[in-house]
Amino acid sequence: MSEPVLRMSGVWCAFGDHEVLRGIDLEVHRHEVVALIGASGSGKSTLLRTANLLEHIDDGQIFLTGEDVSDPRVDGDAVRARIGTVFQSYNLFPHLSVLDNVTLAARVVHKRPRAEAEARGRELLASIGLAAKADAYPDTLSGGQQQRVAIVRAIATDPELLLLDEITSALDPELVGEVLDLVRSLKAGGATILMATHEMAFARDVADRVVFLDAGRVLEQGSPAEILVAPREPRTREFLARVLTH
Amino acid sequence: MSGRAVAAPGARHAPSALELERRAFRKRQGYRSVAVSLVSTLVFVGVVVLVLRATPGWPRVADAFFDPEAAWRSLPRVLEGLWLNVRVLLVASVGVVLMALLVASVRTLRGPVFFPLRALAAGYTDLFRGIPLIIVLYLVGFGIPGLRFFPRMDAAVWGTIALVLVYGAYVAEVFRAGIEAVHPSQRLAARGLGLSHGQTMRRVVLPQALRKVTPALMNDFVALQKDVGLISVLGAVDAVRAAQIETSRYYDFTPYVVAGLLFVLLALPMIRLTDWYSARVRAREQMGSVV
Ligand SMILES: Nc1ncnc2c1ncn2[C@@H]1O[C@H](COP(=O)(O)OP(=O)(O)OP(=O)(O)O)[C@@H](O)[C@H]1O
Ligand SMILES: [Mg+2]
Repeated sequence: MSEPVLRMSGVWCAFGDHEVLRGIDLEVHRHEVVALIGASGSGKSTLLRTANLLEHIDDGQIFLTGEDVSDPRVDGDAVRARIGTVFQSYNLFPHLSVLDNVTLAARVVHKRPRAEAEARGRELLASIGLAAKADAYPDTLSGGQQQRVAIVRAIATDPELLLLDEITSALDPELVGEVLDLVRSLKAGGATILMATHEMAFARDVADRVVFLDAGRVLEQGSPAEILVAPREPRTREFLARVLTH
Repeated sequence: MSGRAVAAPGARHAPSALELERRAFRKRQGYRSVAVSLVSTLVFVGVVVLVLRATPGWPRVADAFFDPEAAWRSLPRVLEGLWLNVRVLLVASVGVVLMALLVASVRTLRGPVFFPLRALAAGYTDLFRGIPLIIVLYLVGFGIPGLRFFPRMDAAVWGTIALVLVYGAYVAEVFRAGIEAVHPSQRLAARGLGLSHGQTMRRVVLPQALRKVTPALMNDFVALQKDVGLISVLGAVDAVRAAQIETSRYYDFTPYVVAGLLFVLLALPMIRLTDWYSARVRAREQMGSVV
């Protein structure tokens, strides 16, 4: 098999005495969609933050297409420029228009000419049906629209890897669909995605692989059918029983 | 990666050889940057000293401004004056905070009933942020006693009042900026719980606003700390005035340098505290992340 896009090997991360990640081994291959599930506080968000070097690690290694990016000699900004990230709470910049939000990284980090960046930005906004909102400010958009803009902002620079952290949990149920549809179309376009999610139905639908995180370790992973329908580990069964009854 | 120690549940994780090597590397990086900044500082200071000593007038300036004997002779008087500055500073700070809170709260009152109050508060901040402090000192320190309406008071008292008027206007604006920086949804959430306007301000908005503006407030406090030296223009015998008296007695400017150094010493703890506090706030808001 070719070199995975992301490979985490024995990653530890502690806050004071609290060990949040306790030896994470995880691979995400090209064009693969991996869903990260687990109880609240199991370390999903922390894992995603360590993957793009927004959080320190206390041990282990993180490889991005084979390069050890956990080496302190590596420039974290250059690594993050190759990864797209979407947070739970959109985090659009309120002082920039929608189009400027989408094109910021292309212009400032990747030094693309404004005209080129904006052409691409408008194209992306059109693809999510928000072309008319290009010059609006984020506060005037609905939650679902903001989150779709945030996703488009993350892919505007064609990242090798997309990290999505519970991108629908702050949304109204009727807005969830439009965001998940966008993720589906990204998958169809061949994106490589690692996403933390509470949406089990969605994980079953789009994920190639589901990873169950428990107390800072990967307890079990496999195809959605294996993990979500017939989990081996009692802890996984317990977790699923809790979330699926809601 | 080989040789990874997997700790038993409950035990602390023992770092791998690779992690130890990375920690050592970061430490070396740390030492190197300290060394670089140390050397560049020394070089800079050395150049400044050499250039100063090479100037033609240096011997005379050294004699008139840096005379150790004159410094020692004037120290007790200047120190005594500084004690007045400290007392004025303490009283003025309390006055400034009260004044500023009052004005800032008035400016956030809503409704047409409060228009005159709001206008008064706005006029006050506009006026006193506009006039140079020294003019306020003259007007308050010489003008108001001239009315012969108030009992005779010490020049330092009038100086304190002038400082409170001017700094109160500045700090009121800092408070107001902080209040407005609290997201409107916070106000809505509090009013939604049934809290009144006043309760919302006191329990929800002001605590968050204060946290946001504390570094700016500390900065204003440092500015006030040195501006208390200006009460000397009213004749109050503070550190600056004492230095002036000593200077004219011995025809030597060293007492001014002494007073200046004492003011710096007075300000240093507060300046350090400000730095420390800003760093702490930043650390907390970054949620432990590394960027
Ligand atoms: N900066 C930090 N400082 C201290 N503890 C932290 C920090 N960030 C995360 N934690 C702790 O790490 C644990 C895992 O947090 P994390 O946000 O990764 O969980 P999660 O799996 O994403 O949960 P959720 O599903 O609720 O989003 C929690 O117990 C949290 O309190
Ligand atoms: Mg999370």
